[in-house]
Amino acid sequence: MKYSIMVNEGPYTHQASDTALAFCKAALEAEHEIFRVFFYHDGVNNGTRYTVPPQDDRNIQKEWSKLAEAHDIDMVICIAAAQRRGIMDADEAKRQGLDGDNIAPGFRISGLGQLIEGGIIADCQLVFGD
Amino acid sequence: MSTLHTVNKSPFERDSLSACIRLASKGHAILLIEDGVFGAMAGTDHSDMVSGAMKDATIYVLGPDLAARGMSEDRVIDGIQVVDYSGFVELTAKHETCQSWL
Amino acid sequence: MAIKKFMFVNRKAPYGTVYALESLEVVLIGAAFEQDVSLAFVGDGVYQICKGQSTDGIGMKNFSPTYKALGDYEVTKLYVEKESLEARGLTLDDLMPLVWEDEDDDYAEKPSIRLVSSEELATVFDEQDVVLSF
Repeated sequence: MKYSIMVNEGPYTHQASDTALAFCKAALEAEHEIFRVFFYHDGVNNGTRYTVPPQDDRNIQKEWSKLAEAHDIDMVICIAAAQRRGIMDADEAKRQGLDGDNIAPGFRISGLGQLIEGGIIADCQLVFGD
Repeated sequence: MSTLHTVNKSPFERDSLSACIRLASKGHAILLIEDGVFGAMAGTDHSDMVSGAMKDATIYVLGPDLAARGMSEDRVIDGIQVVDYSGFVELTAKHETCQSWL
Repeated sequence: MAIKKFMFVNRKAPYGTVYALESLEVVLIGAAFEQDVSLAFVGDGVYQICKGQSTDGIGMKNFSPTYKALGDYEVTKLYVEKESLEARGLTLDDLMPLVWEDEDDDYAEKPSIRLVSSEELATVFDEQDVVLSF
């Protein structure tokens, strides 16, 4: 099975991102493919590398980055949602005249078309949100 | 076609579960996750609605979310099946479509 | 690219949260990809397409006119659940008159809103390939 996943909430406030992560790990364990994870609404906040939770808490951003690297998952942050919420890659920060970027490793910023394309290509589209 | 519905909201907080039950077709499956697991408990104001829905749909509940909330599997409505994350994955593979009720 | 049936399910009121607005943005992209797009308004989602929205007093953009443009993007199937509408004391007259122009019928204006029962909507849901919930 080829999965496309949408995550609509940021880390920590809602369980959505944790559940999506646990689902992706279980799907990979069962030798399915996670074709793409698309982060929308506040979900874009999963992709800032300035996430520093207390040491006894999980680091959700790092877990996503690790998973993407280990399994070659395409993790896309919606550009329109990201701009509203201050998530930037280096190119975008430069274009906006900002003094730095904050995108985490393994994430990339792109358009909503990637969500639709994910739905077209995957066998199963799942939504995790609030 | 057969659909797996997921519900992640407590029936005491939102109408996600009742909307899902109202709009799911015969033979579909419903998986209760996150705060949705409270909908699986016996002896609540919503238990009759859920039991009634089981005539047409198969209902599952995510065990790790039950355990996290201190809800014992013994108190889950009879006939609701407890699954783990790998069971969740299997359910998505068994159905053509997934629909989330947030 | 294959054409799939995409259903966008709207269950939240506008302005209180961003979901209605950002859902609409996805719908427009879905249409640009020439997919078979439908929208459903269920529960508080029916408030998204109510007439007379005026946001001057809350400092937010009134995005309700965008629903009127959906017909131009060939998004012509807007399902409204009758039970949800009635539960909120609303009728079709309280909703924006959303239409599309049928080019195969001398550009006649046709209503985009389809008032359906829960049972009918369940059948429509059952025919979809991809369901995105907001």
